[in-house]
Amino acid sequence: MTFRARHLLGIEQLEPSEIVSVLDLADRYVDLNRRTVKSADVLGGMTQINMFFENSTRTQASFELAGKRLGADVMNMSVAQSSVKKGETLIDTALTLNAMRPDLLVVRHPSSGAVNLLASKVNCAVLNAGDGRHEHPTQALLDALTIRRAKGRIQRLTVAICGDIAHSRVARSNLILLGKMENRLRLIAPPTLMPPGVQDFGCELYDDMKKGLEGADVVMMLRLQKERMDGGFIPSEREYYHRYGLDAEKLSHAKPDAIVMHPGPMNRGVEIDGEIADDINRSVIQEQVEMGVAVRMACMDLLARNLRAERGRAAVGVMV
Amino acid sequence: MTLHLTNARLIDPETGTDAPGALTFQDGVILGRGPAPKGAEVFDCGGMCLAPGIVDWGVKIGEPGERHKESFRSAGMAAAAGGVTTIIARPDTHPVIDMPETLAFVTRRAAENVVRIRHMAALTKGCEGQEMTEIGFLLDAGAVAFTDAFRVSTNTKALARALTYARSLGALVVGHPQEPGLSAGAVATNSKFASLRGLPWVHPMAERIGLDRDLGLVEMTGARYHADQITTARALPSLVRAKANGLDVTAGVSIHHLTLNEFDVGDYRTFFKLTPPLRSEDDRLALVQAVAEGVIDVVASFHTPADEESKRLPFEEAASGAVGLQTLLPAALRLVHSGDMDLPTLWRALSLNPARRLGLPQGRLAEGAPADLVLFDPDAPFVLDRSKLLSKSKNTPFDLMRMEGKVLATWVAGVQVHKG
Repeated sequence: MTFRARHLLGIEQLEPSEIVSVLDLADRYVDLNRRTVKSADVLGGMTQINMFFENSTRTQASFELAGKRLGADVMNMSVAQSSVKKGETLIDTALTLNAMRPDLLVVRHPSSGAVNLLASKVNCAVLNAGDGRHEHPTQALLDALTIRRAKGRIQRLTVAICGDIAHSRVARSNLILLGKMENRLRLIAPPTLMPPGVQDFGCELYDDMKKGLEGADVVMMLRLQKERMDGGFIPSEREYYHRYGLDAEKLSHAKPDAIVMHPGPMNRGVEIDGEIADDINRSVIQEQVEMGVAVRMACMDLLARNLRAERGRAAVGVMV
Repeated sequence: MTLHLTNARLIDPETGTDAPGALTFQDGVILGRGPAPKGAEVFDCGGMCLAPGIVDWGVKIGEPGERHKESFRSAGMAAAAGGVTTIIARPDTHPVIDMPETLAFVTRRAAENVVRIRHMAALTKGCEGQEMTEIGFLLDAGAVAFTDAFRVSTNTKALARALTYARSLGALVVGHPQEPGLSAGAVATNSKFASLRGLPWVHPMAERIGLDRDLGLVEMTGARYHADQITTARALPSLVRAKANGLDVTAGVSIHHLTLNEFDVGDYRTFFKLTPPLRSEDDRLALVQAVAEGVIDVVASFHTPADEESKRLPFEEAASGAVGLQTLLPAALRLVHSGDMDLPTLWRALSLNPARRLGLPQGRLAEGAPADLVLFDPDAPFVLDRSKLLSKSKNTPFDLMRMEGKVLATWVAGVQVHKG
């Protein structure tokens, strides 16, 4: 098993072998999570702080559950209660928390790169739970695990990512991960929601959804990020739904056994038809949520191992 | 006092020559290149380069309002150490220099400096782009040009009036070519890199649209116009066309856009956050060529001090700008070491052209010119340590970079103000 990272800031830093290590370990945690007794004493005695500078229910709950199942002491800090509102800078907040000696810091922040900045100032392991439009690595890993379990592999698949790619950190992390694992990638979006230069990532770009879905093994829908838009990216939600909302007719252009994914929360009737989302034969959206807990357990387990090893080396005075 | 500088390599941007020689000055004025007059003190330059001092156009000084970032004193020390003998200061201070009284205040504050400091005044009140300032009074009070710095007016009618009025007085207007709507909120240039980093981007076309608007207004009003920074290849044809059509137009570029590109931002390094944002390597190469060919007239540092706190923030929220008074010369020498241009060509952009455009007598080695000089070793290597910079703010993108070119001595009006 290889996993060398000190922090998990993005998929960009991971080697394919490290991605496979996470997925393999996560598979074992899926089994654990399906038992009645779900606890493992992997993070016993360790402290995990969840710092969410941006509201999130599902991701925070998933990280909290993952930490608790591994036996860590978990503390949630949401921005509404924090001193950030009193004018404290991100770095000061980080240093204050760092002084309380946490072992794992899970951070979500609305600015791209904020988690990297924070990670450079603390001496615990930092997990990026989403920074601005930059990366959301655990989401990409849980998507990869979901795909691997549904399709039996995470290579040589045709994956279509559809929707608001410009504002999506999920899309960025996913296209980096799926690219590293040598899949064929298609991005489907209205041109106003397509970020510049993505063709250089080795993706095929489509503004016609039906053509983009042709022969796809995996259809990954994205949420329309209304809160990140400053207006005028799409004419209206109904026109968006007509052209880019996933319904049975559009899905029929993909492979008959294509799976449908969505990182949630869904805007039903905007980017996805409710019936497709609930179709247990096509939709793996609930599995994604389940895999989320397992993947986060695996990531924290691996980071904790590296942290222990590092501290062990420091204790016996080995130069690193 | 008469000083005879002998055994020098004279870099003369006016004649375009780079040749061994000697230079004599007396009472702050260059006497000529002949043999040492009787009684003159002789200074051996050791074969090093002697050039007119740099005229750095567009320097932000923290006075009034932000003296903790930069004072006239600290800016002057940094300038002298960097071979800059004339600072052309920006008016986007707190408060804005938009009244003759404010201008008189900063002129007085700047008077007892080791280098010369001249001020641009605001073109519109508060740099807000709505109402023109007292351009006539400000000219009388010593303003060398009029600008709203990096603020772009969306009120085109008000801008047209200001340009028309400025023209009647022969005042030079400095614009910041940028379409403000397209560039709103952007901190990076649109590219794969900006997408990967998830940073809000602006298309380089925003600069050309901004420039085209300004040039249209110049054609309409006949004003004298200088574009502060051209940073994209796309904007260059408009500039070439305007010059060919006989418009009274010049343009500048920052040294950072000539020596760095968007990838230098790397892992969200905020010292590389600039206005406008760093561009692609193709843009950088086109700009270097434009300077070599004289399409872009002026190279400047756009020295913008920022305190540590304002840079220790997530990239989008961090302050924009970099200090550059002390690093302009070694950074600019990269363009010579890379073979893109020779020293006289570079010095035309650093010294002669800005002085000429602003109606100043600097930038020349001719008889009667002010003895504002820099002696430097173009090849001396060093690694930049930002903590050693003399600016109060240390926000340089060149920290820990290898550079070549050391200032050995700086004279302003014949007085030595720096010894390296």
